[in-house]
Amino acid sequence: MSWARAVVRATCPESAGAVRLVLEVDGWSGHVAGQHVDLRLTAEDGYTAWRSYSIASAPQQPLVSLVVQGVDGGEVSPYLISDVQEGDVLELRGPIGGHFVWRAALGGPVQLIAGGSGVVPFLSMLEHHRLAGSDAEVRLLYALRNPQDVLGTGVLGQVGPRVQVTYAYSRSAPPGWQGPTGRLDAGVLAEHVCGPAAAPQTFVCGPTGFVEAVAGALVQLGHVPTSIKTERYGDAA
Amino acid sequence: MSTTTRGFSGRRRQRTDGRLPPGQYDVGDAFPVLSAGPTPRVDLGTWDLTVQGQVDHVARWTWEDFTALPHEDITVDLHCVTAWSKFDTRWRGVSLDTLLEGISPGGSFVSAFCDGGYTTNLPLADLTGGRAWAVDGYGGAPLEPVHGGPVRLLVPHLYLWKSAKWLRGIAVTEHDEPGFWERFGYHGYGDPWREQRYAGG
Amino acid sequence: MTSIDTPDRRLDGNALAGPLLELFTIDLSAAMATCVHCDGTAPLGEQQLYADAPALVLRCRDCTGVLLRYSADSHSTGIATVRADLSGLRLLVAHVPAAGASR
Ligand SMILES: Cc1cc2nc3c(=O)[nH]c(=O)nc-3n(C[C@H](O)[C@H](O)[C@H](O)COP(=O)(O)OP(=O)(O)OC[C@H]3O[C@@H](n4cnc5c(N)ncnc54)[C@H](O)[C@@H]3O)c2cc1C
Ligand SMILES: [Zn+2]
Repeated sequence: MSWARAVVRATCPESAGAVRLVLEVDGWSGHVAGQHVDLRLTAEDGYTAWRSYSIASAPQQPLVSLVVQGVDGGEVSPYLISDVQEGDVLELRGPIGGHFVWRAALGGPVQLIAGGSGVVPFLSMLEHHRLAGSDAEVRLLYALRNPQDVLGTGVLGQVGPRVQVTYAYSRSAPPGWQGPTGRLDAGVLAEHVCGPAAAPQTFVCGPTGFVEAVAGALVQLGHVPTSIKTERYGDAA
Repeated sequence: MSTTTRGFSGRRRQRTDGRLPPGQYDVGDAFPVLSAGPTPRVDLGTWDLTVQGQVDHVARWTWEDFTALPHEDITVDLHCVTAWSKFDTRWRGVSLDTLLEGISPGGSFVSAFCDGGYTTNLPLADLTGGRAWAVDGYGGAPLEPVHGGPVRLLVPHLYLWKSAKWLRGIAVTEHDEPGFWERFGYHGYGDPWREQRYAGG
Repeated sequence: MTSIDTPDRRLDGNALAGPLLELFTIDLSAAMATCVHCDGTAPLGEQQLYADAPALVLRCRDCTGVLLRYSADSHSTGIATVRADLSGLRLLVAHVPAAGASR
């Protein structure tokens, strides 16, 4: 598969440290929620760097959105956040991935567990769920440091009755917060995710350490390893 | 061919004092961690370092023996085949001249072997003459596991993949036997100044 | 912020699926990959990928043995050299559209 031209149609802040890039991709064949793309940047002298980004938009939407969280000292994310403007052309390969995906036809129950920017593929799944009018039961447990770091407020604010979103704050919680705080250990998971008896399809996405700790705890709680799909972003995410 | 991305230059810094080999950039203060596998957990109680293979006798040091060997401070530049170079890095370790002393080798190559299964091949001659060390200190502190601790090989005149992390020994071999990256097509010798990244090119 | 000194910055095989498209015509992330070292089998996307190395190194999630190594270097001529060492993969099973089938 070759690299396609992607024209930046809009860039907008998604949180204090993250930006949403809306792309029009030449010859885009459509995608499945959960897939990602590889973005390639090329300097004047021919040097190239590429990074993977999950697709945030739903398959039903005409343009492809990515949400990029800035990583201090990073080579690519600070550029995407501060320098990319509407009208710029990037190169993209995708959609990629046939494993970490969910379509309405797969039904539920579905348990999504995100750490930080690992929520991005779930924004696509939830928007797809809404636009498809799916009646699958979906739960999202979204771990983030601080309330102001939340990504995807648009999508998360208009989920239907079959979808339940739970936030867990590891650093600071909103005043009067009664929900989970701290790390997602087996105790927090037992209380806030679909138990193994409901046989959910579970998706875990985020920094490598987060994904491995959560997946390990889920197995400890009796979830079948093959029912858990993971996507590790590396530890810089 | 790729299209230039407006305003993108990447994180590469050049230097003009002649210390940067061709095709490399200066990484500055960062020390990228390259790993082709999990960082091994090493138990110093059972750890040892050996010189073996085509030798008249096997030399073996326990962790206690190793730390008691004469150590020296070394300041060198590093050149990684992935194109970054890092300047004036400060290490502490034992010269390979010390470890190879009194060994009568039955071959002119070595294979360095490591916890985690990594191997790399070098000419024996490149380990002698004060050009190679088994280091257990970096920047004034014990060498961290991510950078190859407890002990890594340091052969700064060759690309960094030759400076095997988590070193457990040196096997003297009769023939040059390609190691982990060399079997993938990387150069048998790996001189950064001659840009010997890949075999045959 | 996490630093570069974070040990074991491993990804999973999902991140390898893009690069593999330089060589293969289908997305291999859902393909079942069997390890030559321990016979462990899992979707390629669930195996462990070490991306911060001279090449991408995919390791078995059961025994950490090397399943495959992959690199692509583009040259200024517009040609890229792709290297793939598949010796750690005993078997790869993928579901693809049957020849002649309409989609
Ligand atoms: C399948 C997949 C999907 C992903 N989806 C998303 C997504 O939807 N949204 C998102 O925000 N991210 C996503 N990521 C993460 C993303 O791909 C990048 O890893 C992230 O944007 C950081 O890239 P960077 O170039 O900014 O950082 P990098 O330059 O890669 O650096 C990461 C860290 O390492 C340090 N570092 C590394 N090399 C050096 C060096 N040579 N010198 C100095 N410092 C160095 C940096 O200081 C920084 O702390 C995804 C990853 C994967 C694998
Ligand atoms: Zn295995």
